[in-house]
Amino acid sequence: MRRLSWFNVTSLTLGLAFLYLPMVVLVIYSFNASKLVTVWAGFSTRWYGELLHNEAFLDAAWVTLKVAVVSSTMATVLGTMAAYVLVRAGRFYGRTLFSGMIYAPLVMPEVITGLSLLLLFIGIGLDRGIFTIILAHTTFSMCYVSVVVSSRLVSFDRALEEAALDLGCTPFAAFRLVTLPIIAPAVIAGWLLAFTLSLDDLVIASFAAGPSATTLPIKIYSAVRLGVSPEINALSTIMIAIVTIGVITASLLTKRAAVRRNAEEHAADRA
Amino acid sequence: MARRGQRPQTVSGVAMRRLILIAIPYLWLFALFLIPFAIVLKISLSDTVLAIPPYAPQIDLAAGWQGIKDFFGALDGENFVFLTSDDLYWKAYLSSLRIAALSTLMTLLVGFPIAYAMARAPDEWRPTLMMLVILPFWTSFLIRVYSWMGILANEGILNQVLTWTGIIDSPLQILNTNTAVYIGIVYTYLPFMILPIYAALERLDGSLLEAAEDLGCSRTSAFWLITLPLSKNGVIAGCFLVFIPAVGEFVIPSLLGGSRTLMIGKVLWEEFFSNRDWPVASAVAVVLLLILVIPIVLFQRQEQKQREAEG
Repeated sequence: MRRLSWFNVTSLTLGLAFLYLPMVVLVIYSFNASKLVTVWAGFSTRWYGELLHNEAFLDAAWVTLKVAVVSSTMATVLGTMAAYVLVRAGRFYGRTLFSGMIYAPLVMPEVITGLSLLLLFIGIGLDRGIFTIILAHTTFSMCYVSVVVSSRLVSFDRALEEAALDLGCTPFAAFRLVTLPIIAPAVIAGWLLAFTLSLDDLVIASFAAGPSATTLPIKIYSAVRLGVSPEINALSTIMIAIVTIGVITASLLTKRAAVRRNAEEHAADRA
Repeated sequence: MARRGQRPQTVSGVAMRRLILIAIPYLWLFALFLIPFAIVLKISLSDTVLAIPPYAPQIDLAAGWQGIKDFFGALDGENFVFLTSDDLYWKAYLSSLRIAALSTLMTLLVGFPIAYAMARAPDEWRPTLMMLVILPFWTSFLIRVYSWMGILANEGILNQVLTWTGIIDSPLQILNTNTAVYIGIVYTYLPFMILPIYAALERLDGSLLEAAEDLGCSRTSAFWLITLPLSKNGVIAGCFLVFIPAVGEFVIPSLLGGSRTLMIGKVLWEEFFSNRDWPVASAVAVVLLLILVIPIVLFQRQEQKQREAEG
């Protein structure tokens, strides 16, 4: 076993402290009894209580969740199709433009994506609300999904699909029975990525949302623009807790799947 | 009737399905990415008017060919001339580029030692370390930026600690300055720098370093002669991944920066939401994209080269 030098231990410790201290501070201060966020006045769960009675936040959270579920699901379908087209469809007219449109939104500043979508919605006379936020989120997150899925598609053995076709599968059945199970981890990862991107997005949602729909990030932004607020600390703590539990569960599940696969391979070797 | 999967029209059926498969994502992106961008370009060439929508000209299709000709005739580059005449804009572009470049450099200096230490860590630690670096990435960006507001404020935790330990007498003004923006960018984009560098360093063959040491190379010069050049691709990828989004950043300068922090993402936002000047906001967007095209193309080329080298 290699041992880490003091330099490496120091940089890891400092680095992780830098990454986590701000969030730890946020969590600690969400339990502060004082309204003044910088003065510690004892432990209290008062802000969580007030948060639960704040209709505006609950409404915004509900809107955000709806937008995230619908847009990430649509983005996963469209993104998987796009990945399949990029990797499997071969040459077709306008392929360069297509791959350009997949990669460009990944590096496009959010303010530009948001502005351009808003001008489109106004141009075609679409009322802004939940629907337009879903359209906007689907569009930029499908590109992330297609990048994740296409990297998996590139690395898999095409002969498996061809065998299925030779054995009389329709292309769709071959996709459903052979391709999809193999790329499933990437599709799930893509969905999760699209889901978090949608939950998290402030800039594009601000442009795409009309007065009728407010998402949680828009609400948080307008609350914190003027300064730190204990209710937002409580809300942040809840969100951090959900993400932490989610990521740890996901990594444990992948680890268990890897262990099981290993065991199966060993068993197959012995047989 | 032929058996399932061996229908006579299979060939044209396959071609048809392929076409539909291509068409759906293609048309979606065309309608919701390319056309909106064409609209931005068009409005950037229009004039601001007091109307709804607040720009002119509009295409008058009822007037037929003459309407379309009038429409194109009324477009001009006035807004772009305006951008060059008011120094707010070019100062904001320059300042965004400077802030992005400096914070990319700082992220590299902070991120490299962390990635290096991760790559040198015992094998059984690595998945945990990876997860610890990725976890903040899944946490809300807005919340991570916000968390610094309470730390950097005048009566915030950092100032409290510094005053308590006697390092300073009066609180430092950090929040609402460019310093806070640098801290915010380094903090939020750090995982984007660490992960590609770690990926490059992890692949590095340890026997190269042993060979260098056997041949009398000191540890320091082995680092400069072997480790650093071989991690070059990771460093370049990390720098692009931080620099490109940092240039157009809005949330960080808006929450951590002050009124004197000039960044183009913030200018565009205010031009649109506060001044309601759509043509100028569109022109700002077009120029921002033109500035970013160079680093974006360089980045794509670098990625392509690396893919080919690996493939």
